[in-house]
Amino acid sequence: MRLLFGSFFTFLLAAVVGLGATWFTLTRGVAFGSLTIGAWTAWPKSGSQEIDPYAHASISRDGELPIGIGDGVAFFARADDKGHELDGRCTFTLSGMTPPARYWTVTLYNVGGGLVANAIDRHGFTSQEIIRDVDGRFTITVAPQARPGNWLPTGGIERFVLVWRLYDTPIGVATATMKEGPMPAVERKSCS
Amino acid sequence: MIRWLLWLVGGILLGGIVHLATVLAMPRAATQDAYSRLLPMTAANRMVPLPGPTAKSSIIPFMDPAFAEAVCRYDLSGGSIKLNAPVSDAYTSVTFYTRNSVAYYAINDRAAGKRAIELDLMTPAQHAQVPEEEDVTAADRLIIDSPTTTGLIVLRALAPAPTFMPMARQALAAAQCQSEPAQ
Repeated sequence: MRLLFGSFFTFLLAAVVGLGATWFTLTRGVAFGSLTIGAWTAWPKSGSQEIDPYAHASISRDGELPIGIGDGVAFFARADDKGHELDGRCTFTLSGMTPPARYWTVTLYNVGGGLVANAIDRHGFTSQEIIRDVDGRFTITVAPQARPGNWLPTGGIERFVLVWRLYDTPIGVATATMKEGPMPAVERKSCS
Repeated sequence: MIRWLLWLVGGILLGGIVHLATVLAMPRAATQDAYSRLLPMTAANRMVPLPGPTAKSSIIPFMDPAFAEAVCRYDLSGGSIKLNAPVSDAYTSVTFYTRNSVAYYAINDRAAGKRAIELDLMTPAQHAQVPEEEDVTAADRLIIDSPTTTGLIVLRALAPAPTFMPMARQALAAAQCQSEPAQ
């Protein structure tokens, strides 16, 4: 009888611990070999055959097609430089420089990876359409209401994700430091 | 007391095994992976344009809206595949994915160094049967080995501004993905 109870307890515990850990890691997006620069994090290995099992599991589950390493690299931001979560009711600025790349794009998504409806049907910018200063720097204002200059509308959603993609770039698996790849600063300005 | 402690330790160890097994099994068990999502709207070994993401719908999460995309869902069981993709003015890339969404090879227009990206895709077994002279003499011939018999080839052409989107789509419309039956 004691054996029965004991083994029942053990199997129950194993199921809870095992499945709980799997659910936790897949919903939190645990992956190894990440490259973090400021508010931005990329997983260059996810675009190659060396993808780690956790990243592979979550990509399969979500139905994503990760950017291949010979194509480019994608940096994700879910919070600003100080750690404030990206809230679509607030105003954020993206400013500064980008690492060397032939082209780049920046896109605003909801947490599920879908585009967000807005009045001007703008979901991002490419390196070609951005308005720059004389010294080549730029500022993108991410806000719910219209702004002058490079305005990226949030549609007023609660949480959003920014993805900065660099195409044909030397940034990748071998990149280790901020010096090699300066990414734009993400700053929260105000909340309505 | 010690007996229960042993049961507890056993449960946690077994839980670790359950965790690793489920993570490793996920890519095979996933029913909503990219291949499954594209299955109803593609035919085998045919290049089809993918509708771009909109605020209402997106076939694949986190698609880049600045790109026109086309996909060839390939099946190498009937022979190798010949891919021919003319490059657009701005930037064009080709990425190969296994049946389980692993991006095993990607090349862009500049790396291809020509006006079109031309590739042969085959299984390692089919590659082994390519006559050796042919493999060596045809320097232009780029052969890619697919780790799985089925998978996806995704073509991406950049529209640097929304007005260039029709041109990017047009460039992709000329792309071909054809099965070459074995002799």
